[in-house]
Amino acid sequence: MSTSVSPGEDLPPGGPLTAGSPGAAGPSPGGDPSADGPVPDGDSPVDGPAAAGGNRLRVEGLTVSFRLPGATVRAVTDVSFEVRPGRCLALVGESGCGKSVLAHALLGLLPGNAEVAGRARLEHADGPLELLGAPEAVLARRVRGRAVGLIPQSPATHLTPVRTARAQLEEALRELGRARPRERADELALRQGLHPADLDRYPHELSGGMAQRVANAMALAGDPWLILADEPTGGLDRPLVDRAMAALRGLCDEGRAILLITHDLRAAERVADDLAVMYAGRLVETGPAGRVLDRPRHPYAAGLVNARPDRAFVPIPGMPPELTRLPDDCAFAPRCPSADGACTAPPPLADGVACHHPLEDDRA
Amino acid sequence: MLEARDVTVRYGRQVVLDGVSLTVEPGRVTGLAGPSGCGKSTLARVLALMLRPAAGTVTVDGAAVRRWRQRAPRGLRTAVALLYQQPRLAVDPRLTLTEIIAEPLAAAGRADPGRVAALAAEAGLTGDLLGRRPHEVSDGQLQRACVARALSLEPRYLVCDEMTTMLDASTQAHLVAVVEAYRERSGAGVLAVSHDDALLARWAHHRVRLGGFEGLES
Repeated sequence: MSTSVSPGEDLPPGGPLTAGSPGAAGPSPGGDPSADGPVPDGDSPVDGPAAAGGNRLRVEGLTVSFRLPGATVRAVTDVSFEVRPGRCLALVGESGCGKSVLAHALLGLLPGNAEVAGRARLEHADGPLELLGAPEAVLARRVRGRAVGLIPQSPATHLTPVRTARAQLEEALRELGRARPRERADELALRQGLHPADLDRYPHELSGGMAQRVANAMALAGDPWLILADEPTGGLDRPLVDRAMAALRGLCDEGRAILLITHDLRAAERVADDLAVMYAGRLVETGPAGRVLDRPRHPYAAGLVNARPDRAFVPIPGMPPELTRLPDDCAFAPRCPSADGACTAPPPLADGVACHHPLEDDRA
Repeated sequence: MLEARDVTVRYGRQVVLDGVSLTVEPGRVTGLAGPSGCGKSTLARVLALMLRPAAGTVTVDGAAVRRWRQRAPRGLRTAVALLYQQPRLAVDPRLTLTEIIAEPLAAAGRADPGRVAALAAEAGLTGDLLGRRPHEVSDGQLQRACVARALSLEPRYLVCDEMTTMLDASTQAHLVAVVEAYRERSGAGVLAVSHDDALLARWAHHRVRLGGFEGLES
């Protein structure tokens, strides 16, 4: 079962379809995960995201578990989605639902006791590359920082405290083989709205917003076409969150693909074209961000939207299940107002929603 | 009333609060808003008796605070409870969630397992979660334990410093509802510090903005 998050009709304002995402049709749901994907662009010149025509990340049936003494943590179960240049996909869900594990799996950053299944195929100018199980040398030389830039959680603590931002950014540029690292660092800083002199500060001398911009500059040092932003707004106040999201949107509009991982629905709303809602390690709803946030169809997505202070401000009863003992039936059923006898079998993600009793979409 | 009058705080040469006054009334929720770095958290710590100001006074129901932190008299210290943004930095990593919630009662010589269980249940914590240590639970679950702990000595004032900023919308709504239920039954006053205007518009009876302009909005 593979369901792609494909561009929809009702894009939020400012969510253009770029040349990088021809037409509004993603790969058809139900595509065979075992078949090889379309042949990528082969030898097209590597020239930044402008040449990102055929690029995409296609994740199919991704499953991650951790074996612990006496228990198995099923962190991610059968997750499929696609990210393309010019589009931002936001993966939302509460803490502990598996969304950061998913990001780490894509970059080969999981601890040794992780067991990974499924596929995560990076299709770009270098030729297709299967990320899951790729050797560390390949990930280090071809993927991290080059094809995929990471914007980490809490940028201020991600930086080495005893070196200036410039030293770290220039080091990244040198390691990536870029010429004239000093000038290039200044350019990157300016493009992020930082004064080049700000790079000469140590991390503790940077405000939260400045640290965020340094993190963006670092992520962009290798000119990646895909940006993976893992809770990039932790600890920022609302105006800074809005600014960080505007910066992400800008990266998207210049033709990069963005995978944003966040628990913050309002941040996702500001930047995402597509939304994927994760619960207990599974995607339960996917679709255009505006539609999912306005007219969610999965009861969990509806509960999250309803809990917002500018909506009903009503919590979902109960708590998510332990990932060490996920039920065999629908994991949301114990908290769900619509659950009944049909909910004993795990619902497949079909037509963008994994529920036996999806809420009616009035437009249908 | 929990009141700060003309409070000034400096970190080194930097003046963070300059003659700021704020009142938290019993039974009401005062929202404290303002941009990052404007001194919201510093003012919250002063009001929770965790930080001695360079100048100005703090009074708790008319009693002037003269000693701070662990030196404050127990009656004043336990009258105000503080909830932080980052629960992980506010708990002893060696304790189980039950022990974390039970700590203030035990320290006050009033150990009461039944009450600890009731507080945990009210915060939405049940079963084997309570036997776990902080690294074995999520941020949301740990913050639930911190809320239960904060309510354990029935404080007359609660200072919630970005209590739900790290949490998802559902956990935020739940924890605010727990604090609200306590306020309604106990008549406690709440200071809700947040940069989220939508949250304060929903939660606070009135809002005070620190930095930029100051004053009351309704």
